[in-house]
Amino acid sequence: MDLPVIGNTAPAAGGGCSSGGCGAAPDALAHLPDHIRAKVQDHPCYSEEAHHYFARMHVAVAPACNIQCNYCNRKYDCANESRPGVVSELLSPGQAIKKVLAVAAAIPQMTVLGIAGPGDPLANPARTFETFRQLSERAPDIKLCVSTNGLNLPRYADEIARHNIDHVTITINCIDPDVGAKIYPWIFWQNRRIRGVEAARILVEQQQKGLEMLTARGVLVKVNSVLIPGVNDRHLKEVSKRVKAKGAFLHNVMPLIAEAGHGTYYGLMRQPEPTTAQLRELQDDCAGDMAMMRHCRQCRADAVGLLGEDRGPEFTLDKIDRLALGDIDYETALIRRKEVRDAIHGELRQKREQQQTLRREAGGAPHAPAAADHGIPAGTRSVLMAVAGKNGLVAEHFGHAREFQIYEASPGGVRFIGHRKTDLYCGGSATCGGDDGRPEAALDKTVAALAGCEVVLCSKIGYEPWNKLETHGIWPNGEHALEPVEDAVLAVYRELHANGKLALPATERQAA
Amino acid sequence: MALQITQACVNCWACAGVCPNGAIAREIPHFLVDDQKCTECLGDYAEAQCAAICPIECAIVDEAGDPLNPPGSLTGIPASPV
Repeated sequence: MDLPVIGNTAPAAGGGCSSGGCGAAPDALAHLPDHIRAKVQDHPCYSEEAHHYFARMHVAVAPACNIQCNYCNRKYDCANESRPGVVSELLSPGQAIKKVLAVAAAIPQMTVLGIAGPGDPLANPARTFETFRQLSERAPDIKLCVSTNGLNLPRYADEIARHNIDHVTITINCIDPDVGAKIYPWIFWQNRRIRGVEAARILVEQQQKGLEMLTARGVLVKVNSVLIPGVNDRHLKEVSKRVKAKGAFLHNVMPLIAEAGHGTYYGLMRQPEPTTAQLRELQDDCAGDMAMMRHCRQCRADAVGLLGEDRGPEFTLDKIDRLALGDIDYETALIRRKEVRDAIHGELRQKREQQQTLRREAGGAPHAPAAADHGIPAGTRSVLMAVAGKNGLVAEHFGHAREFQIYEASPGGVRFIGHRKTDLYCGGSATCGGDDGRPEAALDKTVAALAGCEVVLCSKIGYEPWNKLETHGIWPNGEHALEPVEDAVLAVYRELHANGKLALPATERQAA
Repeated sequence: MALQITQACVNCWACAGVCPNGAIAREIPHFLVDDQKCTECLGDYAEAQCAAICPIECAIVDEAGDPLNPPGSLTGIPASPV
C-alpha cells in the first residue's frame, strides 16, 4: 500500500525516525478524554503517530539549575552527543525568538516549541517566561511546552497556566526520599544547599505538589523517569501508579545513560545502564497503569526537527544573529504552517480509514492486526522482530539503517516496543570502515544491538551481514520490501507458525 | 572581602541569579565577581549564595584562594574514581 499523497503540501516525511511503524500507536492514547487527545495529536513527543509528521524544537535559554542529578555533568557540552542536558549554544530570549521564527518558516511541520534546559527552565524563570511571552504573541499557533525537575513548580504553576503552556514534563525518578538520596546529591532550596535524604524529601514533595497544581489548572503533564538499575528499578511501578492517580497523562520511562566518558557520577562510578530487556519489562509493567511512551529519543536541549533527526546545525547562533526579524515573513509562514498541518491531518485521517477498510475487507477487526484472527492459537510464544523501516514501510537497506524499530508479534497482535540505534554499517565508500577502519566492527555492534530479535525485516541486505546474522540466530528477511511494517511483521509471524518454528523455544531455534 | 570565580566556571548563570548584591556579571571567558559589591552574603544569608548554588567544584574561592566547594563535595566523585 502506498502512502497517500495529498497535493503538493504533503510532508516530506523522512528524517531520522521515518518509521510509520508506530502506526498501532493512535490506540495507545485511546483511553484519554477527547479534549486531551485533541491537544496531543499534533505533538511529536506525545503521539507516536504525530512524531513521524510533526517537528519540534527546543531552545536553550535556561542554563542554570537548582539541583544536581547523578546522571548529569554540568560541564558537558558536546555537539556530537544527543542526550538530555547537552547543548552547544546558549540563547538569549531575543535570539531564541528569532531562531524559532526562522525554523518555523523553514520547517512548516513545526508544531511545538519546548524549553528543556540545559539547566532547569524554572530555575531561569525570567528568561524562560520572556521567551514564552514573546512567542505566544508572534507565533500563536505553536504549542509551548516546558520540562522541569519540579523543584520550583508550585511557585510557577499559575504563571505556566497563564502563558498558555499546555504541556509540562516533570522528571520524577522517585517518590521515596531514601531512593532519591541515591539519585540527587543536593538541591538549592530557600537560599541553602541541602543534601541527602532531606534534599530528596523536599524535591519529591514539590514535584508531587506541582503535579497536582498543574492538573488542577488543566495543564497536561507528562512524567519522565530515568530507569537506574539497582536504584529505582523496583520503585518505578509505584511512581507510575502515583503520578497517574494525580492526573499525569503519560509516563515515559527512559534508560539511564551512564558512560564514563560523560564524566557523570554514575558514569564514573560504573553504575550499570539498563539492558533493553530490563527497560522493556519495566515499560510493560507500567503500561498496565497508563499510556507509556516508547518512541522517546532522549533529545538534546537544543534539538530541531523531526524526532530522531537533528537539523540544529542549519540554525546556528551566527546565522540567527545575522538575521533581522524583518527578514522573516511570519504571516506567510503562519498560513503555510496551517496548510501543511491540515494536509497532514487529512493524510492521517485517510490513512486510518484506508487501513480500517482493508482490514474489514480481510475479515479482521478494523483496528490493530490481531494474529489470533489469523489462526495463531493463544499461548503461542511471542517473537521480537527488528525492522529497517521508512514511512511505515519496510523500506530501508539493512546497511543504511541508523536505527531499527523493534516489534513484538504474539497471538494478541503486533506491538511496537521501541527503537535500537546502530552505528551506520554501510555509509558508502567515503565512510565505510566503521571502528578501527573495519566495517565488521560496526556490523558486530549492529548484531549486538539486535540481541533478542529473531528476525530482521529490511528491503535489502548484503551477503556478508546475512551470514553474520544467521550465525547469531537472527533470520534476515527481505521478502516484504515496501509492505506496511505491521502487516509484514504479522505475515512473518504467521510463516514462523506455519513452519512449526514457534513450537520451539527461541533459544533452541536460534541454536539450531 | 569578596569571593572570586575561577576558570573552572562553566557560565551557567546560576550564581548571577541568586546574588543579593548584583555583584556577579557575565564576562568572557567566564563570570566574574565585582569585589566592590560582594559581601560574601554576610548579614543577608547564612551561606554565600553563589557558592550554595554553584554546581562546579572549585569554581568559587575565597580571598585566600580556597574553594568553598572543594573536590568531591558536590558530585561525590572521588579524586580517583573506582
